[in-house]
Amino acid sequence: MFETLKMKLVQKKQYIPDIQNAQMRSQFRGLPVVKDNMCCACNQCVNSCPTGAISLNPLKIDLGRCTLCGQCKMMCPNGAIDFSNYYKLGADKRDKLIITSETTKEEFEKRAIQARKEIYSIFNRSIKFRQVSAGGCNGCEMELNASSNANFDMGRFGIDFVASPRHADGIVITGPITKNMAYALEDCYKSVPEPKVVVLCGTCAISGGVFQESTELNREFIDKYKIDLYIPGCPVHPLTFINAILDFIRK
Amino acid sequence: MNYYTAKNNQRINLSDIPTIDFETFKAQLEMTNLRPIGFFGADWGENIRLFAFLVDDEEGEIFISSALLDKNAKEYPSITKENHQYHIFEREFYEQFGIKPVGHPWLKPLRLNQDKHEFFEMEGEEIHQVAVGPIHAGVIEPGHFRFMCQGEKVYNLEIMLGYQHRGVEDLMVKKPSNQLAESICGDSVIAYNTAYSQVMEALSDTKVSIKAKLIRAIALEMERIAIHIGDMGAILGDIAYLMGKEVYAVTRTLVINTMLEISGSRFGRGLITFGGVNFDIDDELSEKILSVLSEVKATVEKMTKAALQSSSVMSRLEKTGVVSKETAQELNLVGLIARSCGIEIDSRFDFKDEFYQDFEKKKFSATNDAYSRFKIRYKEVIESISFVKKLLKKLEVVKDDEILVEKNDLISNSLAISIVEGWRGEVVHIALTDENGKLRRYKIKDPSFNNWWGLSMALRGNGISDFPLCNKGFDLSYAGFDL
Repeated sequence: MFETLKMKLVQKKQYIPDIQNAQMRSQFRGLPVVKDNMCCACNQCVNSCPTGAISLNPLKIDLGRCTLCGQCKMMCPNGAIDFSNYYKLGADKRDKLIITSETTKEEFEKRAIQARKEIYSIFNRSIKFRQVSAGGCNGCEMELNASSNANFDMGRFGIDFVASPRHADGIVITGPITKNMAYALEDCYKSVPEPKVVVLCGTCAISGGVFQESTELNREFIDKYKIDLYIPGCPVHPLTFINAILDFIRK
Repeated sequence: MNYYTAKNNQRINLSDIPTIDFETFKAQLEMTNLRPIGFFGADWGENIRLFAFLVDDEEGEIFISSALLDKNAKEYPSITKENHQYHIFEREFYEQFGIKPVGHPWLKPLRLNQDKHEFFEMEGEEIHQVAVGPIHAGVIEPGHFRFMCQGEKVYNLEIMLGYQHRGVEDLMVKKPSNQLAESICGDSVIAYNTAYSQVMEALSDTKVSIKAKLIRAIALEMERIAIHIGDMGAILGDIAYLMGKEVYAVTRTLVINTMLEISGSRFGRGLITFGGVNFDIDDELSEKILSVLSEVKATVEKMTKAALQSSSVMSRLEKTGVVSKETAQELNLVGLIARSCGIEIDSRFDFKDEFYQDFEKKKFSATNDAYSRFKIRYKEVIESISFVKKLLKKLEVVKDDEILVEKNDLISNSLAISIVEGWRGEVVHIALTDENGKLRRYKIKDPSFNNWWGLSMALRGNGISDFPLCNKGFDLSYAGFDL
């Protein structure tokens, strides 16, 4: 037992104190920076994109489809596309995820997630989720698990994953929603007591991602129910997830 | 014996693979001691061509044979009856082509229409069933478990998967990409992407540089280190030894954040590509990796020592979820789990490439239980750290190599196979091209494809409360199985 306790001394404090201003490593591929005036419309980025996230004239990137693989940046002969290390990528509307020349970090931060009065008054800074993996590859699932570890520790903000939908305020969906999971997902959603929120976590959940052309998907759920929050990433970084939820439940 | 003998990552002309009559084919598979790593069908005009891939782990050779079946055939005599290693391959073949292996002991689809089939049931006054899933209590992938219990004791566990089925093999034929390969099984990004890239490079005769191969090997070992450490934490978390859980989790963060510095993604997405790698490891980064790994090694050693000194940890780990060596062999278990049962297979060493032939394959004294599955992870973490150090040294010699070469077109009427030892075990990718040089069939085998049945056997005779502990020890992939 003493050996175990000694580990605590060795480890010291591991958590990130100010999670909303945490420093991200410069190599991280986050919010794309798009420069339409440098685009020569050569189509190389469009052809290299595995998910069809890029459109030309004017140059736009759909963050809801983008897997942040960085292939377009490597293909572009003029440097019209770059990726910043800005990690707060969550948005409350699907169309806010379209990145154009006008999008800057500051502007995106301001408009991406609007505070909603009812959210604050109902959940009062604490929100519990039931997570449903519907075809997720275990990438987003591992990152969501990491959000609760000693580094990110989202429990201190009142954000948690719970074991039953009955205890939850909403569901977090990962994966492109397979035919075989469609029923279980809807069942789980119905088991969450009202009022409830739906969060789509990861590129696959938002648009189908690299699986969008698969015949084994059933994405009716997305059209049928209101989606409250879109958190892009492949996989979603814990800082992206926690910050999106914090912005979502703020006053 | 009528086989074509091949090596790992080699292109083979389809016409070189013998097509023999089904009776001989079946007899060959029933008689042999060789281990199957692939058994699947492909549309072949009027027929279905049934391929079998067997390996000799000691010699590092792959034996390939095939037979034709009529497309309208309704059934064929099952091979499983004589050789149990084929039980799951035949179920998959039946599901994909609808030809029934007559005499198969438990013929249910693997991934489709699960609701319409019955479970393996036990009857008796005190017997009760426990149904778990598809949605589990934690943040994990979906799958259904059906326990047959008497009180706490589990008599049988049947595992029903398929919820994650995304039609990956078809997508791979339609629109192959590195990004898709990475997303098949998101915890084995490097292993899957390496296997895909190697298959495509073999099919197109693209020669990647030594430097690119080294960076791939380093990334693969780092993936192994990171996930093994995370799993060791998860095992301890499931027996409520929370100090271990948290310490391993934060130690894992160090490794994956270093991966982020290499590739821009914590799991190494975007690093490997058809033709080489996208990111270089320079001297500065190399120093960084070395210093992080020595820190990781010190913490893991200390934490493991502390954990294994605790009698409450040992009493839960020892003799829990035992899988005997004989069972493991009969079920054809692979990778980490096979090694924890005393079967020394490891494709890094069995199918040696230019780097691993310098490394020594160390024996592991297996105890076949949860303790064995914990201990082998520890052993492999320490080993992998020393491999990364050695690989980084080799990298200095080839500093001036290109990391990415121009890729060639795929060669028509060919087949290639790539076996990569991911952290779970062998990831097998097999691709076939048609007469126009387009992919016609893509086959993937995750180690979980074999090992889910090992988990089922591990539970027999154990208390149901030990299921989470056994499950974490195996830590199998749902997505990699369901495809």
